[in-house]
Amino acid sequence: MNHNALGNVFILAAVAAAAGGAVPGLASGLMRRDAGLKWVRRAVWAFFLAMLGANLTMVSALVTHDFSVKYVAQVGSRATPLLYTVVSLWSALEGSILFWGLILGTYVLGFLLAHRHEHQRYLALALAVMLAVGAFFAFLIAGPANPFGEVSPVPLDGPGPNPLLQNHVLMVIHPPMLYLGYVGMTVPFGLTVAALLRGELGHAWMAPLRRWTLIPWAFLTVGIVLGAWWAYAVLGWGGYWAWDPVENASFLPWLTATAFLHSILVMERKKLLTLWTVVLGLSSFVLTLLGTFMTRSGVFNSVHSFTQSEIGPAFLVFLGVVLVLSVALVATRGHLLLREPGAFRSAASREVAILANNLVFTAITFVVLVGTTWPLVAEGMFGKRVSVGEPYFNKMFVPGAAAVLFLMGVGPVLPWGRGERGMMLRQLLLPLAGAVVALVGCLAAGLGGGWALTTFALAGFTTVVTLRELLLPARVRMEEKQEGLITAVFQSAARARRRFGGYVVHLAVILVAVAVAASRQYVAHTTATLKEGESMQVGRYTLTYRGMQSGKEPHREFVAARVEVSGESDLVLPRMNYYERSNDPIQTPAVLSRPHEDLYVSLMAYSKEGGTASFNTWVFPLVGWIWWSLPLLLLGTAVAAWPERRRVPSVAQVPSSAGQGAT
Amino acid sequence: MKGKQRNLVIALSAVLVAGSGLAFIALSNIGDNLVYYWSPAEMLSQGEKAYGPVIRLGGVVAPGTVKWDAAKTELAFQVATDHKPDAAKVPVLAREVPPQMFREGIGVVVEGTFSKSGVFTSERLMVNHSNEYRPPAEGQELKGYGSNSLAAGPK
Repeated sequence: MNHNALGNVFILAAVAAAAGGAVPGLASGLMRRDAGLKWVRRAVWAFFLAMLGANLTMVSALVTHDFSVKYVAQVGSRATPLLYTVVSLWSALEGSILFWGLILGTYVLGFLLAHRHEHQRYLALALAVMLAVGAFFAFLIAGPANPFGEVSPVPLDGPGPNPLLQNHVLMVIHPPMLYLGYVGMTVPFGLTVAALLRGELGHAWMAPLRRWTLIPWAFLTVGIVLGAWWAYAVLGWGGYWAWDPVENASFLPWLTATAFLHSILVMERKKLLTLWTVVLGLSSFVLTLLGTFMTRSGVFNSVHSFTQSEIGPAFLVFLGVVLVLSVALVATRGHLLLREPGAFRSAASREVAILANNLVFTAITFVVLVGTTWPLVAEGMFGKRVSVGEPYFNKMFVPGAAAVLFLMGVGPVLPWGRGERGMMLRQLLLPLAGAVVALVGCLAAGLGGGWALTTFALAGFTTVVTLRELLLPARVRMEEKQEGLITAVFQSAARARRRFGGYVVHLAVILVAVAVAASRQYVAHTTATLKEGESMQVGRYTLTYRGMQSGKEPHREFVAARVEVSGESDLVLPRMNYYERSNDPIQTPAVLSRPHEDLYVSLMAYSKEGGTASFNTWVFPLVGWIWWSLPLLLLGTAVAAWPERRRVPSVAQVPSSAGQGAT
Repeated sequence: MKGKQRNLVIALSAVLVAGSGLAFIALSNIGDNLVYYWSPAEMLSQGEKAYGPVIRLGGVVAPGTVKWDAAKTELAFQVATDHKPDAAKVPVLAREVPPQMFREGIGVVVEGTFSKSGVFTSERLMVNHSNEYRPPAEGQELKGYGSNSLAAGPK
């Protein structure tokens, strides 16, 4: 069987499996029968295997250069190295949707396997909702975005993937991370919709809901940070974030998911903010759909946009359906989740701090969403083609980010419920000292800039609070149980993983905030055109141009400028890469990375006749910490998401739903 | 119960006030930071309105108009709406080194302001990478302003 037919068979099987699991699952779940789960379980396996088969078929077609397959003819080339050939599975629209399907299948299966012993009807409903989403994606692959179309006559060779994809290894990791983040939001969506349909959100499902949001949240975070790093290391314009529509598209669900991860704490502990949390969970999913639509429908032009495609209308319809159904569900069934709600007892409490955090996150989401979609509104309603400038986003985002940093420090100091005022004030003394020390230190070093100094002071405050929260339980253990420091930290972390992990993530976020503020405020920038032997000055570095060199690598040729940096023995080599079948060179900057600053040298142009080269150079203080915070962030997330040992079979914890009336 | 309802009303109205305040600030800020996408023909047809706001002018580099002064880092050229010889053209002055891909006939987007003197002052010059690796077809108006724009120009 050839690749085209085999791929189509797998895709049709996936459509059938997803639809065949979703419908009976929903029906039996709503009728409160247990029989559905058996079907759903088989459908999940079938959906996963069909998607796996379709993806393997495509990889096989790519690797064997079967140019009769439409997608291979589009992105394949005999000259591309094997790694990039495999990676081109997700380098263009159709392939990325196909890969998307596999990730969704894996998530749904993973969820099934992790919770196969849990409450049956709820599980069937949640899985059925996820499969319904899967059915839509499978339909997209089978119809409007079918990568297995037949090409005739069969071309001898293809154009190869986008050179930007091949230019840096980060491009191999960044897109799948984002996809894992985007697609993973389907799981909390399925869980919340199931809760609404059942009219009950049992306590037993709080931990899975939180954990299955934390996992895609972590992937989304990694994807966003790696994307920023890629933009910085590859594109050569001396920045990592430009508020590009597609960057915003990934940022929006991250914001709501972050808010969700905090409000669910209040929901669990205090039975407050239940509907709010549910709405955040639904919004995160809707925003991932919006993001996918914006990236893949061609309504925006950006560095990321895929070529114009047919999937726009289908996606818009799906987005509309999900939105309407979500609103309808919350409106008609939301009140069912609000049995025995709690109450806010004091304004100076943890739950109020988290509520404030949520409002700030929602506000940021709102302003970013407005700025991102405004060009569409303007074109649709007024027929004007406009874009919203970066200053808008910076002006709106920076105060919000400062507020988040502040709340990150204040929240942990405040107790749940109601606290004693004197004790809270005493607890604030040390963190305030931290803020003052940070501020005075910066001023003494001659640093200026209002927002940067605000950030550093808030970072000082929040760091003290966070470290205290991390280490205090360990200190208590050291005194009471005579344990060593390391044992005590380890033991206290193991006993409150979620709390410990959360604060480790907070530390990483503080690191990012400081790095962003410093690299924006204290940047030095110089541009110059140099003849051989001439020098330029950027920050405290003197750069001397020592002529050009060129070379050849298996899949590209390059021209590099040899630049001598004062105080360095090695030359730095900013270069331009030339790929086969592409006229345009791709710049690759040279980055000399240090803990305290980066020297960033970009070769803009060179002239063989004139013997000159033009450079764009920057010195960015602390910028590397934006991406070096990732290990800390992942460590924290892993600690928080690690499954706790099962103490009692959880079926016993679920209140029986018998006698609660039909739905 | 009554107190609870009153609290709910207060909370809801507070959220409403805060929300509309935020919407107001956001929308007025957007208004100040709008960047207009125009081709030379569209920009010239705006008349007085084109003087002042930040504009992204998209078109092609008109052949035979590029002057590069390396000593002063001054690049002068004309942006044409398309490849037709009678297309509307706007002279552009950029104080930056042209990116390596910059050449006559290539698609460009310049961001900057237009003045009464009839010269467009560029703050940022971006060259269109074509995603399909084809030069823009003759006579075809350029679609996709700024596609892959980040790859090209400095900030």
